[in-house]
Amino acid sequence: MKRSNEPIFWSLFGAGGMLAALVGPALVFITGIAVPFGLVFKPETMSYAHMLALSQNWAGKIFILAVIALFLWHAAHRIHILLHDFGVHAVTAVRVLCYGGAFAGTVIAAYTLLMIKA
Amino acid sequence: MSNRRPYVRSMDGWWKRDAYFVSYMAREVTSVFVAAYAVVLLFGLVRLGQGEAAFNGWLQYLKTPWMLVFHVIVLAVFCYHTWSWFKIMPKTMPIMFVGGKRVQPGTITGTGLAAAVVACLALLFIVGGVS
Repeated sequence: MKRSNEPIFWSLFGAGGMLAALVGPALVFITGIAVPFGLVFKPETMSYAHMLALSQNWAGKIFILAVIALFLWHAAHRIHILLHDFGVHAVTAVRVLCYGGAFAGTVIAAYTLLMIKA
Repeated sequence: MSNRRPYVRSMDGWWKRDAYFVSYMAREVTSVFVAAYAVVLLFGLVRLGQGEAAFNGWLQYLKTPWMLVFHVIVLAVFCYHTWSWFKIMPKTMPIMFVGGKRVQPGTITGTGLAAAVVACLALLFIVGGVS
């Protein structure tokens, strides 16, 4: 019997969903609302210097990659099933589109982080 | 045989038939916003890698009214994601026993939501402290 690849995708979906559920609301508030509009935090919180320092640090690199990649894999899995729910049954095309998109995003994020040297 | 046209019930709008399906759809559709937010962050990261001018362009873009509207919607959706994620957790995780008794669904959901509140507050304090 061919082994199912479902556990891999489900683990990534679960990890992304858990990360989004735990820190997602605070993260969106910080990056999308508070810092750009000068609320709560200092205006330079997301300055180039600060964000560069975060991305030069290994813990920072892992955090940035985890957020971007796991959110994408989480969404890819759900969107893949949503398209089926809405009657799109081109299984291979949908999988390539969803998981391929998450894979491309992961590669771009990982490559960018590796190129940012300390 | 080719003239036979069997009746096939239409599945169009199936999820509107039942409140449970509507809540399922609401929960699953949050993923579209999670993806959109991840793409915004990915753009920011790529711009960061391209240098200060490029990154400042991305920061300016975040200040546009449309991006504020987008992020307010995304924030609401993420809050709903957190709530629905822990709401279904009793069904998605293996059954747990503590002291020979099954952990009640409400306990699992409550613990998850409490953990999310703590994690969000921790992130806000860390970012506030570092900056």
